[in-house]
Amino acid sequence: MDKQTLKRYLYVGLVLLAFVLGIQLEGDGFIDEMYSYQEDVMYLVVQHIELVVISGAIAIAVAIPLGTILSRPRFAAIAETAMQGLNIGTTIPTLAILALAMSFLGIGTLPAVFGLCIASLLPIVRNTYTGLKEVPAHMKEAAAGIGMTANQMLFKVELPNALFVIFAGIRTALAINVGTAPLAFLIGGGGLGELIFTGIDLDEPYMMLAGAIPTAMLAILVDILIAAIAFLMVPKGVNPQRA
Amino acid sequence: MITIDNLTKIFETPNGPVTAADHIQMEVPEGEICVLLGPSGCGKTTTLKMINRIIPSTSGRVLIGGEDTTGMNTVDLRRNIGYVIQQIGLFPNMTIEENIAIVPKLLGWDAAKYKARAKELLEMVALDPSVFLKRYPKELSGGQQQRVGVARALAADPPVMLMDEPFGAIDPINREVIQDEFLKMQQELKKTIMFVSHDIDEAVKMADRIAIFRDGKLVQYDTPDDLLAHPKDKFVENFVGDDRALKRLRLAKVSQVMESPGSYVTERDNLSTALHRMEEHGYYHAIPLVNAQRQPIGYVSKGVAKTTGGTCGEHYFGLKAIAHVNDDLRKIASLMFTHDQTWLPCVDDNGVLVGYISQRGITHYLGATYHRDGGVAPLEPMLQQA
Repeated sequence: MDKQTLKRYLYVGLVLLAFVLGIQLEGDGFIDEMYSYQEDVMYLVVQHIELVVISGAIAIAVAIPLGTILSRPRFAAIAETAMQGLNIGTTIPTLAILALAMSFLGIGTLPAVFGLCIASLLPIVRNTYTGLKEVPAHMKEAAAGIGMTANQMLFKVELPNALFVIFAGIRTALAINVGTAPLAFLIGGGGLGELIFTGIDLDEPYMMLAGAIPTAMLAILVDILIAAIAFLMVPKGVNPQRA
Repeated sequence: MITIDNLTKIFETPNGPVTAADHIQMEVPEGEICVLLGPSGCGKTTTLKMINRIIPSTSGRVLIGGEDTTGMNTVDLRRNIGYVIQQIGLFPNMTIEENIAIVPKLLGWDAAKYKARAKELLEMVALDPSVFLKRYPKELSGGQQQRVGVARALAADPPVMLMDEPFGAIDPINREVIQDEFLKMQQELKKTIMFVSHDIDEAVKMADRIAIFRDGKLVQYDTPDDLLAHPKDKFVENFVGDDRALKRLRLAKVSQVMESPGSYVTERDNLSTALHRMEEHGYYHAIPLVNAQRQPIGYVSKGVAKTTGGTCGEHYFGLKAIAHVNDDLRKIASLMFTHDQTWLPCVDDNGVLVGYISQRGITHYLGATYHRDGGVAPLEPMLQQA
């Protein structure tokens, strides 16, 4: 049996499995239970997305310029130290950051957004920095040699060539962000964590799953979305997805 | 014209200052190719890169077209100098068209104009615009990429070009082809070009003048022929190689060494006539035989003419090789060795006999220019200036 045929059988098998599982779940009332949380889920998903979008957007808006500045020759002396500092910052558990944020920003959305921002900052800074550093020296020499100013070189040559790596950083960061966002509930930030943690506390597995499943789906969706944006935005000549 | 006046570069290293270029003084005349040649670390690349300030100079001046560039804005300076590097440095995020048009765009040309220019330049470097304009650099071979690299450097029609081992990373066969095409282009464009190389053969082929560098100093600056004929010291002599006499062969054309008008016979002539003509012109071995259009088709040997009777048409030998007036002497020497000939008939574009070239003549030519005070060989006017 060749690979193609094998793949086809696999697909058919998976569809059948999903179907059987669906019947099973419907049979023991799982789906009905889930539906009973529909209203909560809808409300909390929106809140969750808000947290992710706001904190993610701020993280991107801060991290890309920061990575870019660190990659400039005049900051070469402090760049590695700064990157190490950020690395150490990332080893602090997000829960601890949230707790710290709560201690001086109080309870609610603000400390949650702040904590998520910090958590997703590093992958973007790191990738922006490395992506720009890895633009070959001869390419920059050619750009300088034909009379580009430093800014023209950055925007026409360096950033487009680093963009794929930068997007990889954004993907990682947002995956972390979506996955960490449930913790925001613990400091009163809302989001799908509310169902998950309450479900655990009340020993209500359906309630917990009603929070966990949408969270997982959201993570996958965000990843697909960023991949699609990268596919469209990274110039064709340097986009491995469009080779 | 590029004038380099006392240009010096001192690098500060942890082990103390290193002089990479030491009071370099030279001038490249308008429309000529000057090859900077030397072993690695000799300062040739540093000197080149100080001209467009990729490497800032420690002291000294660079004048382009007589104008001092010291006070010029770096960006403006560079936009007026074409720059080609060994690693090519095309921008992979841009199409070939965008790569070529980048300097015109920076200079604010309008779209129609720079698009037409990109197309024209691609044609000039022998790439089909309909195939290549919209492609990306990674889809091209190394040789094709460097053609685009040259086109990009020429885009805004700068009077001066700097080329840092431009053909160094291209395989030998394609390198020859690109060099030939580049020389052909240069004949029309007449740019003033500085060209770094570490390959003496490339230098002899491309250069109007060669500058030999050693340890940051300019050792000798001469035309290729003079450099090969009169290396200034042991270092230059070693650098140009033991076979420098052979390298010089490439610099001369058949027309410069050819002896003419030369006598010949036709098929209807008698062998005794042939013998008579050979003796009259002092030919030791043979005389060419031509057809009605005066095209050489064979030769009659002296031995046969002496011992046999009849017409030349009955007793001639076919030609093994013919020299064209525009061939270089290296090719002729090769033909002579291959076919064990001491002379070859020379023809013009129509294949008509115009003279002959002999080993003796080539030796004489090489010898004549070896001694500066000796007989002056018929050099091209271009090569006589130094």
